[in-house]
Amino acid sequence: MARFNNERIVFLKAFGGLTVRIEKKILNSTLYVGLSGELDTNTAEHVRKNLDELFLASSMERVVIDLSEMSFMDSTGIGVMIGRFKRLKARNIPVFISHPSPQADKIFKISGLYDIMPKIG
Amino acid sequence: MEAIKKKSSDNFMKLEISARLENEAFIRSTVAAFCVAIDPTLEEISDIKTAVSEAVSNAIIHGYRDYPGNIFIEARTSGKELHISIRDEGVGIEDIDKARTPFYTTLADEERSGMGFTVMETFMNQVTVTSSGKGVTVNMVKVIK
Repeated sequence: MARFNNERIVFLKAFGGLTVRIEKKILNSTLYVGLSGELDTNTAEHVRKNLDELFLASSMERVVIDLSEMSFMDSTGIGVMIGRFKRLKARNIPVFISHPSPQADKIFKISGLYDIMPKIG
Repeated sequence: MEAIKKKSSDNFMKLEISARLENEAFIRSTVAAFCVAIDPTLEEISDIKTAVSEAVSNAIIHGYRDYPGNIFIEARTSGKELHISIRDEGVGIEDIDKARTPFYTTLADEERSGMGFTVMETFMNQVTVTSSGKGVTVNMVKVIK
């Protein structure tokens, strides 16, 4: 049974999977959120919902969204980020982006997203 | 000999697929895999996958909205050029220039960034959008260095 589960995970990783995994860690009043997988129109709703729930359930002074494990992102990601930014801004919580891929970095630059969600690291 | 040489350097693929969000990853991976033969860099593959993803998203979200339909993808490599055509038979675009304006979207309520066409134009060498009667065709070209 365990072997079957491992094979399924490998399959999902190889083909990008149909979901985005969200991991969290709180350190020094900073909520670190790691997104791994592919963020597109298909996975966006899942990410929106889970991030919003996570933010509501957490108490923090700032949020860092770690994209080092994000293997793909298109402009859907911009919409998702802006939406989360607005909700956190209403609570006076600044948001930062860390370790975007070169491709995600390009998209963030052309959209001007770094003006509201600065890149750190 | 020249004619045969020319033919053998062109490669072609065609895919007709349901306009479903869960097919987006498959479509961009398919086009990416197809262009490997012309030796793109990892960055160029990322560019192509992203542009394809944008065009496919548009077809599903805007073209068909909540209705079922198919997306028609064709790709051709000729020398170091990749030509992609992504077509839907949905509602079409009334004002293409307006649609291609950065940040313009008809679905602001759904957190759409309106950056789809801008991303395509940034990542590909050439993007043409046509909409006549039924649906939209997006043609893109990437020149591999």
